[in-house]
Amino acid sequence: MADSGERRIVVSIRNAAKSYLRGSQVVPVLEDLSFEIFHGEFLALMGPSGSGKSTLLNLIAGIDSVDSGSIVVDGVDIATLGERELADWRAAHVGFIFQFYNLIPVLTAFENVELPLLLTPLGRRERREHVLAALEVVGLADRMEHYPSQLSGGQQQRVAIARAVVSDPSILVADEPTGDLDRVSAEEILHLMAQLNSAFGKTIIMVTHDPRAAEKAHTVRHLEKGVLSDVPS
Amino acid sequence: MFLLKLLTRNALRHRLRTGLTILGITIAILAFGLLRTVVSAWYAGVNASSAARLISRNAISLTFSLPLSYLERIRQVEGVKSVSYANWFGGIYITEKNFFPNFAVEPKSYFELYPEFVLSPEDKRAFLADRKGCVVGRRLAERFGWKVGDSITLKGTIFPGTWEFVLRGIYRGAEKSTDENQFFFQWDYLNETLKKTAARRADQLGVIILGLKNPQTAAETSLAVDARFKNSLAETLTETEKAFQLSFVSMTEAIVVAIRIVSYVVIVIIMAVVANTMAMTARERIGEYAIFKAMGFRGYYIAGMVFGESLFISMTGCAVGIVLTFPVAARFGKIMGAFFPVFQVERSTLYLDVAFCLVVGLVAAVFPTWRAVRIGIADGLRRIG
Repeated sequence: MADSGERRIVVSIRNAAKSYLRGSQVVPVLEDLSFEIFHGEFLALMGPSGSGKSTLLNLIAGIDSVDSGSIVVDGVDIATLGERELADWRAAHVGFIFQFYNLIPVLTAFENVELPLLLTPLGRRERREHVLAALEVVGLADRMEHYPSQLSGGQQQRVAIARAVVSDPSILVADEPTGDLDRVSAEEILHLMAQLNSAFGKTIIMVTHDPRAAEKAHTVRHLEKGVLSDVPS
Repeated sequence: MFLLKLLTRNALRHRLRTGLTILGITIAILAFGLLRTVVSAWYAGVNASSAARLISRNAISLTFSLPLSYLERIRQVEGVKSVSYANWFGGIYITEKNFFPNFAVEPKSYFELYPEFVLSPEDKRAFLADRKGCVVGRRLAERFGWKVGDSITLKGTIFPGTWEFVLRGIYRGAEKSTDENQFFFQWDYLNETLKKTAARRADQLGVIILGLKNPQTAAETSLAVDARFKNSLAETLTETEKAFQLSFVSMTEAIVVAIRIVSYVVIVIIMAVVANTMAMTARERIGEYAIFKAMGFRGYYIAGMVFGESLFISMTGCAVGIVLTFPVAARFGKIMGAFFPVFQVERSTLYLDVAFCLVVGLVAAVFPTWRAVRIGIADGLRRIG
């Protein structure tokens, strides 16, 4: 694992390139991209639509693969992993927070949060303890028997955050986590994410269009036409 | 356990759609069960036949008779333990709609050769003592409300005239598959009447039934019987009771084949219905499958969800269909009792019901599973919102 001064590098991207096929046309999205994300960093990725923010997030989270280059997360070059290894790696290292919460509607808040733990060797009692702890952190322990449809948007996103952190992943990736929320709920979610970052040292990589959301991050990077630049704070 | 909970809740997500699909499977299983039972009923006589009995008839056709004198000569054939005889009477009770099989039989030897027709000793004595006596099966007696002592009149078709009988006994079947819809009366009554009205038709037998000492010798015995009457005016054709019964069924084999084909077509149709339901389901949940995969769930878990839900739907329909098959078959059997004296759902039909529902559930889930497992996570997530 590389170090930069005293800060540990969690994500190291080297010469990453990604393009998509649109019909017969190859559309490059990311070209020769290199940068690092440090442990405990709260990074906001901004940029116009189609700039490749979500693609970059997907590459870091291991749900899409680079055409060339490498992505090393916590010492593992995920570009070299096969589909099964990548699934196991995601289960152990990545927590997902989506714009539309993406909770499973037929499962209660408790069961939704429990999902990632089903892939661990934890027993039922231990899983319960972890789930309750995660729901406590997001302030929804009293709503654990509620189904997603019985919760507000903000509450659903908090359940999604509990699901993302319950297995204690190395990184949290959030794709427009406040994009579907009203201002007050969005503020609560951003506050919660900032808290996870400061109190629990979680490394967060967030894609957002919202400058107010980006304000909560330590680092804001701007992606445009596949080129990444720092945004002065 | 979690998977079971998840797939059950998923199956009940669109209650109307799931309910209608289950209803479709239920009706298909019901139809399949009934059609299979009709086919079984068609073969009931064949299945109930004994390996220890041979039937000897005129080699030309069943409509030609055999002389009574053959009886003693057949009795002397090696391997023959006992003989009896019968004539198809073809009498009508009030109207042709009230059809039931009726035979003139030699009562003593006939009931000895057919122990599956169980008659109480008192009824048997009364029947043997009364030349105009008759014996009917339990279901036939129930059908017309007959009681012992009742007078029954049949209108003769093959043997014209009005034939008066007194009911002397009601037999019951030793097995569930025994036909309890038959009517027997004394062959002597028929023969003595014929001697007075149509002397040339007297002393003629429709079939001679042979009881064998050893069922293993059926082939040799039948050859020996037929050899004995070779080049006579009435050559015999002797065959096992099963072959004799099958010769009747073979006349209507095209219908049986058609019924069989329809029963399988019903299963294929319902397979398409369930496959459509599962395809719709999987299409709607592609985003959810992508979320599961993003969290690290592998393809086999996704496949388990789709296959499990498909099997849950198909097996629920199967269970309801099987439960309903029994009362519906009982009702159907009652209505069609004249044509299908034995109408019972066989265990093999239930096994086929379960096997077909398993196949339907599995096959219906193949394509949706393939789509769900193959979908890229990023592509799947893009479909949400």
